[in-house]
Amino acid sequence: MHEVFTVVHVRAENYRTKTLILDRSLSAQPGQFVMAWLPGVDEKPLSIAAEAPLALTVVSVGPFSEALHGLGLGASVWVRGPLGHGFTLPDDPLGKRILLVGGGYGVAPLLFLARRARAVGCTVDVCIGARTSADVLLAASFSAVGAMLRITTEDGSAGSQGMVTQAVDEALRAERPYAVYACGPIGMLGAVEHQCKRYGLPHQLSWEAHMRCGMGLCGACEVHGRSAEGWLACHDGPVDRG
Amino acid sequence: MGVDLTCELLGLRLRNPIVLASGILGTSASLLVRAAESGAGAVTSKSCGPRPRDGHSNPVAVDWGHGVINAIGLSNPGAGGEVALLMDARARLAPLGVPLIASIFGGTIAEYGEVAQIVASAGPDIIEVNISCPNVADEFGTPFAADGRSAAEVTEAVKAAVGPIPVSVKLAPNVPAISRIAASVVEAGADAITAINTMPGMVIDADAGRPVLSNRVGGISGPALKPIALRCVADVARAVDVPIIGTGGVMSGRDAAEILMAGATVVGVGTAVWYRGVTALGEIAVELEQFLGRAGYGDPAAIRGLIAYP
Repeated sequence: MHEVFTVVHVRAENYRTKTLILDRSLSAQPGQFVMAWLPGVDEKPLSIAAEAPLALTVVSVGPFSEALHGLGLGASVWVRGPLGHGFTLPDDPLGKRILLVGGGYGVAPLLFLARRARAVGCTVDVCIGARTSADVLLAASFSAVGAMLRITTEDGSAGSQGMVTQAVDEALRAERPYAVYACGPIGMLGAVEHQCKRYGLPHQLSWEAHMRCGMGLCGACEVHGRSAEGWLACHDGPVDRG
Repeated sequence: MGVDLTCELLGLRLRNPIVLASGILGTSASLLVRAAESGAGAVTSKSCGPRPRDGHSNPVAVDWGHGVINAIGLSNPGAGGEVALLMDARARLAPLGVPLIASIFGGTIAEYGEVAQIVASAGPDIIEVNISCPNVADEFGTPFAADGRSAAEVTEAVKAAVGPIPVSVKLAPNVPAISRIAASVVEAGADAITAINTMPGMVIDADAGRPVLSNRVGGISGPALKPIALRCVADVARAVDVPIIGTGGVMSGRDAAEILMAGATVVGVGTAVWYRGVTALGEIAVELEQFLGRAGYGDPAAIRGLIAYP
């Protein structure tokens, strides 16, 4: 069943992104998701941006996210979850270097992962890709947790001009990470997967899919070409750990 | 004592009696193959109808505490699109020795016949006729399973359209006498009965002041459905002499044994995938084997209908 959470704080992240901070915690792993329901509007998957308290970073892309953006303090959000399998940090994390790669609004679950990784002593490199400087998301928050940040924008208005995979190449050449974690558009994930395979690096990629039941039953979120036949984003993912 | 889980269903040999139920994971060849690789003895595709359907908007399913309620809304690619899926699945299931059951639905008796004919061209091992989906009443009206006469008419239309492929008719639990519906469809030519579909229900969120499902009502499955399924299977087993695919609330090998004892020939498993993951299919088969061994039975047939009425 859904649990009702109350919005206690809203933080604007960029011109089309807000983080809803809710009134209590939800124990979860970075990379897991919830199904967020606004009765009479819709129910959709959202990655977990923070667990204590629960926070959901929402990019305005359609009627549902616009409705979430319209919520004021004290408004209710219905949540079921956490669902799915998230990112796994190295077993013996102290001092290990990991590389996080986020494209567009794919960076939201990576901030949760960066915080968790820093807390257990990982060195965290982050590559963020966006279209323009206005689209860059959560850069200050990554810096605040002590992550080393590389930004690329398609128009060069922030960081270096180009695609995030160029920054990934740079980071991989500078120092070999223990593992790579990525979330973003499918094209970016495919490119990062290719890079990781070329460098022989363990990688965990978070895949987006059209989500319906979120319970591993309806089959709507099947992603082809993953580590297993009939791979379901809600049941086996969203993070494919290979 | 050694236990042999293999069983026979409508002339087919199943390596075990666990059957992936319709509507769960049956939306692609790769998911059907995955269910088979996870240990199912046979797999059922998601119901397809005459035309492609998107189904209902979210929320479409929720765990309400004692089971799941869903109203996916018969999302499917339409019979034409389904044929390619079924042929692909059949080719990949054959080396595994896992039979394919194709589920169909229609809005009218004629549509059932048309869909059955198209789907039969893919050569599934069994065609399952879903006359009991509880979640599309707004569009399709009362399910055909509610009335023995219309259930029989659908059965006849399908039988006439599919040639030698055996037909199992999937019945609804929410009828005054499921045994009468079962007798009607068997008289009309059904080769087997699948019992049961989900039980219509509603879950309301008091804080929201509205039903959780966008469709308002849905089908109850999972643990809450088991006692209802056991009773229905027992009633059907008493009324007709055809194989029964006993489905409803089976979460464990012990549950599987219970539904066999009620009179099922094989055991449908669906919602257990939510509680235990896709691996539940194979695990339940192993648990059933262990139960039979401990209790001193040699095979699933040994307990079939054990609770039979005098």
